[in-house]
Amino acid sequence: MTAWKMTIGIECHVQLATKTKLFSPANNDARDQEPNSVVHPIDYGLPGMLPILNREAVTLAVRAAKALNAKVAEISRFDRKHYFYPDLPMGYQITQMYQPTIGAGFIDVPLLSGELMKVRIHHAHIESDAGKQTHYNDYTLVDLNRAGTPLIEIVSEADMHSPSEARAYCSELYRLMTYAGVTHGDLYHGNMRFDVNISVAPEDSNVLGKRAEVKNLNSFRSVEKAAEYEYRRQVELLEKGEAVVQETRGWDDAKQKTISQRSKEDAQDYRYMPDADIPPILLTQEEIEVIQSKVGMLPQDYRQIFTTLSIDDSVVTTLLSSQEHAHAVYEVHKNKPEFASRVANWFASVFKGVDDNSADFASAVTPKSTDLIALAKMTADSKLSSTAAKEVFLALVAGETDSEAIAVSRNLLQVSDESAIIAIVDEVLADPASQQSVLDIKAGNEKAIGFLVGQIMKKSQGKANPSMAQKLLRERLGL
Amino acid sequence: MPSISYYQGRSALQNVQEALQAAKKYDKYHALLHLTEKRALERAAQVDNGAISGRLAGVPFVVKDNYLALDGATTAASRMLEDFETPLQATVIERLEQEGAICIGKTNLDSFAHGSSTENSAFGLTKNAIDPTKVAGGSSGGSAVAVALGIVPFALGTDTGGSIRQPASFNGVVGVKPTYGMSSRFGVVAMASSTDVMGCFALNGKDAELVTEIMAGNDPKDMTSLPDYFKPLEDVSSIGSLKIGMIGDFMTEDTDSGVRERVTEYVDSLKMAGHSVSTVKLPMAKYSLAMYYIIVPAEIASNLARYDGVRYGSRAKDTTTLDELYGLSRDRGFVAESKRRILIGNYVLSSGYFDAYYQKAQQARQLLIDEFDALFAEFDVLLSPVVPTTAFGIGENTDDPVKMYLSDAMTVGVSLAGLPALSVPAGNANGMPVGVQLIGQRKSDAVLFALAKSMEATDD
Repeated sequence: MTAWKMTIGIECHVQLATKTKLFSPANNDARDQEPNSVVHPIDYGLPGMLPILNREAVTLAVRAAKALNAKVAEISRFDRKHYFYPDLPMGYQITQMYQPTIGAGFIDVPLLSGELMKVRIHHAHIESDAGKQTHYNDYTLVDLNRAGTPLIEIVSEADMHSPSEARAYCSELYRLMTYAGVTHGDLYHGNMRFDVNISVAPEDSNVLGKRAEVKNLNSFRSVEKAAEYEYRRQVELLEKGEAVVQETRGWDDAKQKTISQRSKEDAQDYRYMPDADIPPILLTQEEIEVIQSKVGMLPQDYRQIFTTLSIDDSVVTTLLSSQEHAHAVYEVHKNKPEFASRVANWFASVFKGVDDNSADFASAVTPKSTDLIALAKMTADSKLSSTAAKEVFLALVAGETDSEAIAVSRNLLQVSDESAIIAIVDEVLADPASQQSVLDIKAGNEKAIGFLVGQIMKKSQGKANPSMAQKLLRERLGL
Repeated sequence: MPSISYYQGRSALQNVQEALQAAKKYDKYHALLHLTEKRALERAAQVDNGAISGRLAGVPFVVKDNYLALDGATTAASRMLEDFETPLQATVIERLEQEGAICIGKTNLDSFAHGSSTENSAFGLTKNAIDPTKVAGGSSGGSAVAVALGIVPFALGTDTGGSIRQPASFNGVVGVKPTYGMSSRFGVVAMASSTDVMGCFALNGKDAELVTEIMAGNDPKDMTSLPDYFKPLEDVSSIGSLKIGMIGDFMTEDTDSGVRERVTEYVDSLKMAGHSVSTVKLPMAKYSLAMYYIIVPAEIASNLARYDGVRYGSRAKDTTTLDELYGLSRDRGFVAESKRRILIGNYVLSSGYFDAYYQKAQQARQLLIDEFDALFAEFDVLLSPVVPTTAFGIGENTDDPVKMYLSDAMTVGVSLAGLPALSVPAGNANGMPVGVQLIGQRKSDAVLFALAKSMEATDD
């Protein structure tokens, strides 16, 4: 049996968080808009229209370069990539073939094992998106709302060798791009899309196998699943002595398989040429530094701090899937380090992360660090039970403010007044249903204390301070 | 022939009506594709009641039909855009209108500006203003003829490789090809993005300069438009004695002897006026046509890709597949010359040929620019004929595209280098007008106008 090694390279399209499109003044946020309602004459290619470069897109690309540890070109240019398609109004896409703005770089990707994997970035270029087609039985509709949306395409080297590594790369890229403010990172609306190149070769081979490219994946999970599927498919072919065809494939999420779309033989000749309508982008080192100095903390900066806390790796991972959450915990750590772990665990228990392309974060609010600190303090001071604390936390996430006011208004504060608790202890001890437990305890079975404490908590509607209740119960029983 | 000053201070309505009448009178030349009568009359009324004023108040003009303009279709003389109506106007038209000028019609051209005779119009050719058996020249033939016939005192054209200068020469009027980027390209159907310029025709240097001044200036809608710089010289004599280089490579026996004689006479009068003229060499000039017909078709193929029948323009009926929709729409929409250029352009851009053709041509273009720059280090102005011949007969070159292309030999290099040039009348040869091309360093447009104006004065 041959042992097989897979090799993966990934191209990632990141939608830039600009206000307007790459070359027109049309709104860049086309979510929930009527088809063809956010389209400027430049976007639909009216004769005589000329592209006007949105400098904000260049600024975001320079920020992205920082997150990618990549060099920014002092001179970069736009080129035209030609092909005919109804959703491509000018018959060409404006992209950067010859002199991209972002040069070679690398990112360090944390793996489940805790190790870091270095993935080299070949380059990243700025380009405009095409529109969208919807096919019906005997006609097709074209929506150009997305046409002209600014993207950067980040091209990795083929440095990954397993589906989980591919997934880890994509999610770290997501974190880097959202933390650096490059993209809104709305995966549901396709803000990041991945084209995954996968090949398989014998373990000891120096030559890569023929690759298949699975295009347009929009979740980390589908990247992993598509890579797993491709590995199985290609190994099966190779073991049968058949060849893998170099081709483009799509991912069918319902069937969990990749499907052939077109082979290399049908590949287009894009007839790239410099775009004479757009002067070169010129950036000085000073300009680059000014832009990059405004990039805040990146995932690795938070990670470094979080590893000093006594929290699980899985908690760190969940926390880092939102820059706002990570920063909230960072703020707590900065002001009250003793509360950071507790707060981190709350976040982790509520948010599963964005891996599943869910809309979990859609309406969630990141609580203010002052509210988080107040909540942690009430918990530490036994004013709140852990269940009650979680309830307050959920209220904060739902948009309420002032942890103490929330606890009061929901009647969640624990009773720590001795006389009030003693009254309840006596009531429970007087209850006939408690007598067996009392006998058990006196016979030396201390476990039965738990049952009685439970009864006390129940009678107090969960508000009695449990440790105080146990202490008073023991006193009453003469233990 | 009435120049701009004739129209100033008169009733705009009268100006417009006279121009419309003249246009109809000279209908057989087919200089105009359609009149913008309704809008012209409305604007004339606004000028007359004082709502619109300016330096060109009430002055009628015509526009090459590849400029987006209101009132009627913008066809680029193509079936593709036969019924295309634009929602907005070209920047330079807006600027002229702000000064009160009134567009009365759209002029004929080689379809999509592809040609040198206006015989490639999808709607029929335009005849030469001096001899209707000869071609108008092109691609801005209709505009040149309209001015030469006196229908209007000025007209707009586009010049990508000589499309203003050559028809100006063929019809005996002044043609302006400004520095690349001096006037906005916004709102003009693109031919070749790296050499297209918006310019004008007029009867004399003074009018051409005034119209150019209004058209010129930075436009935020065109990233390649230069910062404002053009300002006419107030005193023509301030240019003093210029060092002028006559490009010897264009004065060989390949150039018609009558044309050479007129150019030589022009040179003599320049010397009489106190300028020095010597013959210079431009060795790369002989390659300029080859470079041009690689780079420009590549840009044409790209710029015409948007005409696919999907969003606007001609759309083939009863097609069953997408390829059929594209193929049949484009087959019907483009004339043979456009198809030829699209094919050449796509060929030179295709994988495996890009380096050998397009890239090589761009390298050669840089060498040509370097040669021009070296000459301008020594000379203020360069001079040559505009065309090797006078206007040729209708149909004479239509079967031989290479022969047709040769009429651009002296103008395309200037376009590739982005230089300003004027085509000024220099008398007749064989009864037909000859033009002299005055070429300047980038942004030296004002010097060219001053020189042309000073020479008009001495002509008298």
